Amino acid sequence: MESVIKEKIMLECSDLKKSYPTSNGEFVVLEDFQLQIKEKEFISIIGHSGCGKSTLLTMIAGLNDITEGKILLEANKIQGAGPDRAVVFQSPSLFPWMTALENVMLGVKQVFGHATKKQREDICKYYLDKVGLSDAFHIKAKSLSQGMQQRVGIARAFALKPKVLLLDEPFGMLDSMTRVELQDVLIDVWTKEKITAVMVTHDVDEAVFLSDRVIMMTGGPYAKVGDIAHINLPRPRHRKVTIEDPDFYKHRQHLLDFLDH
Amino acid sequence: MERVIKALKWIGLGFFEPLIMLIQGKEVEKNIRLVFRQIIVPVLSVFIFLGACNIGADYLFKVERDRKIEKTRTVQGDAAAKQMQECIDSGDESCKPNSLPSPADVKKGAISLWEDHKSISAKKSAFKEKTAAINKKRKEAGQKAIVYTGRPSFVDQIYTSLKTVFAGFLLAALLAIPAGIVLGLSETLRTSINWIIQILKPVSPVVWLLLVSMVVKTVLANSDSDKSFVISFISVGLCSMWATLVNTAMGVSSVDQDYLNVSKVLRLGVFSNVFKVILPASIPMIFTGLRITLSVSWMVLIAIELLAQSPGLGSFVWEEFQNGANDSNAKIIVAMFVIGIIGFMLDRIMMFIQKLASFDSK
Repeated sequence: MESVIKEKIMLECSDLKKSYPTSNGEFVVLEDFQLQIKEKEFISIIGHSGCGKSTLLTMIAGLNDITEGKILLEANKIQGAGPDRAVVFQSPSLFPWMTALENVMLGVKQVFGHATKKQREDICKYYLDKVGLSDAFHIKAKSLSQGMQQRVGIARAFALKPKVLLLDEPFGMLDSMTRVELQDVLIDVWTKEKITAVMVTHDVDEAVFLSDRVIMMTGGPYAKVGDIAHINLPRPRHRKVTIEDPDFYKHRQHLLDFLDH
Repeated sequence: MERVIKALKWIGLGFFEPLIMLIQGKEVEKNIRLVFRQIIVPVLSVFIFLGACNIGADYLFKVERDRKIEKTRTVQGDAAAKQMQECIDSGDESCKPNSLPSPADVKKGAISLWEDHKSISAKKSAFKEKTAAINKKRKEAGQKAIVYTGRPSFVDQIYTSLKTVFAGFLLAALLAIPAGIVLGLSETLRTSINWIIQILKPVSPVVWLLLVSMVVKTVLANSDSDKSFVISFISVGLCSMWATLVNTAMGVSSVDQDYLNVSKVLRLGVFSNVFKVILPASIPMIFTGLRITLSVSWMVLIAIELLAQSPGLGSFVWEEFQNGANDSNAKIIVAMFVIGIIGFMLDRIMMFIQKLASFDSK
């Protein structure tokens, strides 16, 4: 963008390819995919269903094998999944037999092995408080609503202090009211933490509101980057102000035009 | 009141809810219909069942009576036959033909079993009192206490059966749950062991009993422990463990992929992964297996006791059958209902525990 200072590249995908063998030869989901993500950048990946954007995200997370090419995290090749790439899943994926606090604690214990119990608990409580769940520490996850469960999911991911935050259609299963609420929660926490984030989404408004850059992917198979939108809306963003910015609609139209053809 | 209804639902007696609502005068019309359907009709069906039993027993009694008289006539002549007929019709127990007992006979049988239990208990406590002083001395001298060795009562038999079934169930759980977890975690192991499970699962309890007694006979040859008890509880365990084994393996191997992904992202160790994620996630399946295991153990227990000559309800039924006294048939039917009711209660208890342990039902 406008800065001349060389920014640190946090995550890099180069010549990435993903294919599955089928009875009629190989099915190529993604090919020749290039992407560089700078530190503290919020990237959204948008595209039609089945274009392989979720596949890409699970590959970065290390939950899906890479067929060809490589993914570098701070210039190191990634190997398997790990807490340095925290994931907020589409379904909240909390353990229903644990309380909200225990769900967050499970990861915190892994990452902050040297911290005292008190310190770890403080970390969990801090993030649960930030996502608006200070009253729900000890409620079992199964008794929380979908929206509240996803709040815990967000707290769990941030509490890991990851290098990259991966969000796989995090609000896809929520109703529109809750979705807007959680977008606000996410942007608030993210503004404080500034963790490099990659989000996969269907929702154009969501992508524009949250991101610095939106990667538009062409339809699969053989999906690649079709277009990139630089969203230079001022930060910190607040729904009321940002939505009234004329640029917001310009970007929104840009994305819709791409998705339409 | 709300809490009473909730508690009733918890223990599986939810069908009383409309009656309570009706007493409170809530939604009268709907609850009258529900009371009729859930309480009156089932109670009525019990009476119809008893009536049908009575008619059937009556018919069989008549057939048996005629045959007995005819037999007497051919063997001993007309005079004896007439005497026999009079004897039977007077209701004398000594010449009553042996047929399916009527509900009234069964009731009599139940009462006599209860009386018998009371008299045996009285004898037992009298025996205890009498031997208390001697046993104290024997204990001080390092000798074994004298115990009551008289005939066990029906209630004692129930108690023995329950003890055996719990020992067998515990053995099944201790064998099947760990084995199921290991099998569930390793697909290689699962496929390589599958044939053994598939072959051993349908083996009849009788064969298990024989196999177990072959082994136990040798292993416990010089021990003075209760061999028949050991044989029957091990057989019960081996017959009934398969449901838990298969269910546990299936539960563990089919844990939600989302949970496994979270576990991967958090890089949980093997121990945490198994005990914090996989095991809690498969608890509902494990408990379904345990519930089947318990009901299977109760069912095979009767057959095994019958064959192993170990004390319990099974041998009670067999002894009564061999005994052939006038009220033996009635006692067998009493035992049948007791077995059924206890089996039903065991299943309810497991269902209750299952509800407590499962995370997916509220």
